[in-house]
Amino acid sequence: MNIRISVQEASFEAGEEIKGLGKASREIGGISVFVGVVRDINDDDSVQGLYLEHYPGMTEKQIRTIIDDAAARWDVKAATVIHRIGQLFPGDEIVFVGVASDHRGDAFDACEFIIDYLKTRATFWKKETTDVGDRWLSTRDSDIRAADLWES
Amino acid sequence: MIEVVFFASLREELGSESVSMNASGVTDVREVIGKLAEEKGIRWSDLLTRDNILVAVNQQMVDQKAAVVDKDEVAFFPPVTGG
Repeated sequence: MNIRISVQEASFEAGEEIKGLGKASREIGGISVFVGVVRDINDDDSVQGLYLEHYPGMTEKQIRTIIDDAAARWDVKAATVIHRIGQLFPGDEIVFVGVASDHRGDAFDACEFIIDYLKTRATFWKKETTDVGDRWLSTRDSDIRAADLWES
Repeated sequence: MIEVVFFASLREELGSESVSMNASGVTDVREVIGKLAEEKGIRWSDLLTRDNILVAVNQQMVDQKAAVVDKDEVAFFPPVTGG
């Protein structure tokens, strides 16, 4: 299994990442991708910016564990997770998750599993700048439920 | 020495991103919090023992009963919000 994990300030090029995933094996029949984007509105307030902090070292290890857990459940020939940190703005791409598998079902499921667990397990924290002031975000119940569904 | 690190809203509330402490008399996470409260004030233990605060020792998630020894890195942080 080819694994690429990067926590970085720089933007990423989704097309290049998809090409890289496809080169991992000739058995690959499909690549599933999720790209997260910073929204300009949250809880009815206008968002001007989003600052991301993480725990260097621990974050990368947790992402590796999440990918390994996905590979234990589905066919995963290659997986790429890129998560941006630092100051971002509405419209910026924040996270890339790509999974290459023999067949689409495994690629779709593993990709969704990885992003669901990234939201609830990996040590990232978001702080929004809004028109009513700065605020640290709290974990959404819907995100916790999405991750919990994989346990049942 | 034990390195204690704090992240996100907790780092801002404490006004500190890290504290180095002598390992003598420390055997678990609760004693790390106790020692911080002695040195920095009771507000620190109030903030560090809130229900939603998570703990990691050497970058592995643990609970407050987990063992801590010399040269360990102990981290406290609020629930994560990545993705």
